[in-house]
Amino acid sequence: MTQSAQPLVEIRDLFTEMVTFDGVSKVLNGVNLTINKGDLLGLVGETGCGKSVTAMTIPRLVPQPPARYTRGQVLFRGEDMLTKQGEELRQTRAQHIGVVFQDPMTGLNPVFTIEQQMVDAILTRQQSLHATGFFRGWLPSNRERRRQARERAIQLLRRVGIPEPEKRINAYPHQFSGGMRQRVLIAMAISGRPDLLIADEPTTALDVSVQAQILRLIAELVREIDLTVLLITHNIGVVAQLCNRIAVMYAGNVVESGPTREVLNAPKHPYTQGLLQAIPSEDIARGELVGVAGSVPSLLTPPPGCRFAPRCAHATDRCLTAFPRTIAVTSQHEVACVLHEAEAKTA
Amino acid sequence: MLRFLARRLLIIPLILLGLSIVTFTVSRLVPGDPVKLAAGPQARPEQIIKLTEEFGLDRPLPEQYFMYMTGLLQGNWGYSISTKREVGPDLVTYFAATLELTIVSTLIGLAVGIPLAVVSARWRDRWPDHFSRFISIGAVSVPVFWIAIVLQIVLAQNLRLLPVSGRFDPRMSYPETYTGLLLLDTLIGGNIPAFLTTLRYLIIPALCQSLLVIALVTRQLRGDLLDIVRKDFVLVARANGIPERVIWTRYLMKNALIATVSMMGFLIGFQLGGAVLIEYVLDWPGIGQYALKAALQLDFQPIMGSTLFIGCVVVLVNLITDLLYRVIDPRIGLS
Repeated sequence: MTQSAQPLVEIRDLFTEMVTFDGVSKVLNGVNLTINKGDLLGLVGETGCGKSVTAMTIPRLVPQPPARYTRGQVLFRGEDMLTKQGEELRQTRAQHIGVVFQDPMTGLNPVFTIEQQMVDAILTRQQSLHATGFFRGWLPSNRERRRQARERAIQLLRRVGIPEPEKRINAYPHQFSGGMRQRVLIAMAISGRPDLLIADEPTTALDVSVQAQILRLIAELVREIDLTVLLITHNIGVVAQLCNRIAVMYAGNVVESGPTREVLNAPKHPYTQGLLQAIPSEDIARGELVGVAGSVPSLLTPPPGCRFAPRCAHATDRCLTAFPRTIAVTSQHEVACVLHEAEAKTA
Repeated sequence: MLRFLARRLLIIPLILLGLSIVTFTVSRLVPGDPVKLAAGPQARPEQIIKLTEEFGLDRPLPEQYFMYMTGLLQGNWGYSISTKREVGPDLVTYFAATLELTIVSTLIGLAVGIPLAVVSARWRDRWPDHFSRFISIGAVSVPVFWIAIVLQIVLAQNLRLLPVSGRFDPRMSYPETYTGLLLLDTLIGGNIPAFLTTLRYLIIPALCQSLLVIALVTRQLRGDLLDIVRKDFVLVARANGIPERVIWTRYLMKNALIATVSMMGFLIGFQLGGAVLIEYVLDWPGIGQYALKAALQLDFQPIMGSTLFIGCVVVLVNLITDLLYRVIDPRIGLS
């Protein structure tokens, strides 16, 4: 309910297909998602529901082929990313977007030192490209630039919690633990002071004890450098702690989105309700684990209407044929379900 | 790194010892009498007995082996029955020709192969890729001696651009040699006409030999590049805005070259053993030709000499390769 919320990212009616050996998979089915400046948005959903494709479409890091954008717009800072390509696209990534991926073990090039990789990232984000190319260390001016970038890299490493960064910067990735590598990758991602940080399950591959540290680091950075964060996760608990907004995806749609507290306290979509019930709590710790009944539909031949309808206890005949429109239940809380059409009229 | 080096250096003499025993045994078990071949068809029996004694071939095999090895350790490679020349100096001269050919063809091979692989992988399944795959498949599937003959007919005989065969123009005075590599020697001597002549004689053999290098480098590197470009760190580099140009020339190259380097070690060792076919067809006085002639004559000491010499070279090249990819890949050998 922050006033004068300025949208940084507006994904409108995005349809995406993936060409696979088995056929064309309709991965995104009209995704609508807005990220406002200063938001820490948690995007949750099951594996394969399209979270990563949605997020990685903003910096256009989804390989094409197999991906194919058939409809929709992805506005970032008011510009449609889907029409960008080549140098323009690269510039947007370098200057405005940072990405942290799931697996820190494979995110760094094993044959270059941390210094070489960080200095390149920093210089690229500063648009000093000539100091990253073939003649990188040969010209005195480049050497000076690289020296300055190295200083900046050490500062960044210190900020993300690498002990003795002056020494560690000369190491190779295999000399770092997973948590440390993820910190390095975060440092690289924020080195250009991006507007948007996309964190795609940044802690899934890490030890539980390290997970909390990494998440805390991201939360701190948001406050420090005016970051807007899109956090992809399976873990609703993490969203509840960190994020001011949440978006729930199911089989290629954002089914519900809104302020975290509002959505978690009063979930409107049957899928969100099921998902929240599935979280094991202390009361039922000794009992059976509850899941959402049924399984995710094949995206090669998705249900024609609401994609959740086959699993939904409240489904009507209409749900099976007609695609539900998105309804605002309060000013920020939106849900894509016919059950709430009545509320929309009163709201 | 030092311990690795020490261990390898200790093993090398053992390998060579084994090689010498095997070569010795095999070359003496081959049917045929080298003395008769050397003495000629009109030789009388007592001449043959005398020669046999002279070569020491009447003694027991172990003793012969021991004698040979004692000589070898004193730097004496023996001498050839058929040419009546010392083996040692000949080996050096012939090997220099092979070395020169190998260096030039490897340089051509890398200079063409690496860019071809990058272009091929970067524009996969588009026309640059089809073009480079056509070249690399063509280069390995056409017999190299056929290419040599075609080049001789077209470039030398019909267009008269280049000499047909050999290493240097017999009508010119042979340049003074310092290293045995004629290109280098003529430059050191400041003899530009001789340098150009050497170059003209080198072109056809080097082209033929480089085809294999081009083909293998292109195929190996293209495959590795395509493999590595799918790795997460490339995605990270793209997310950081690193330009594609830098990604393809620098970020992938170091990783992708690891396999190519070890393949090049094998390939250079292979070439230094002498490309017999090319040397034979183009009359290049290399070590392959030397060994071939010796083998046909059952000329025992040149066979031993060239085998051991080539063995040493291959072992050395492998050692350098191992060291080199420890330099490229920090994950090996730093522990």
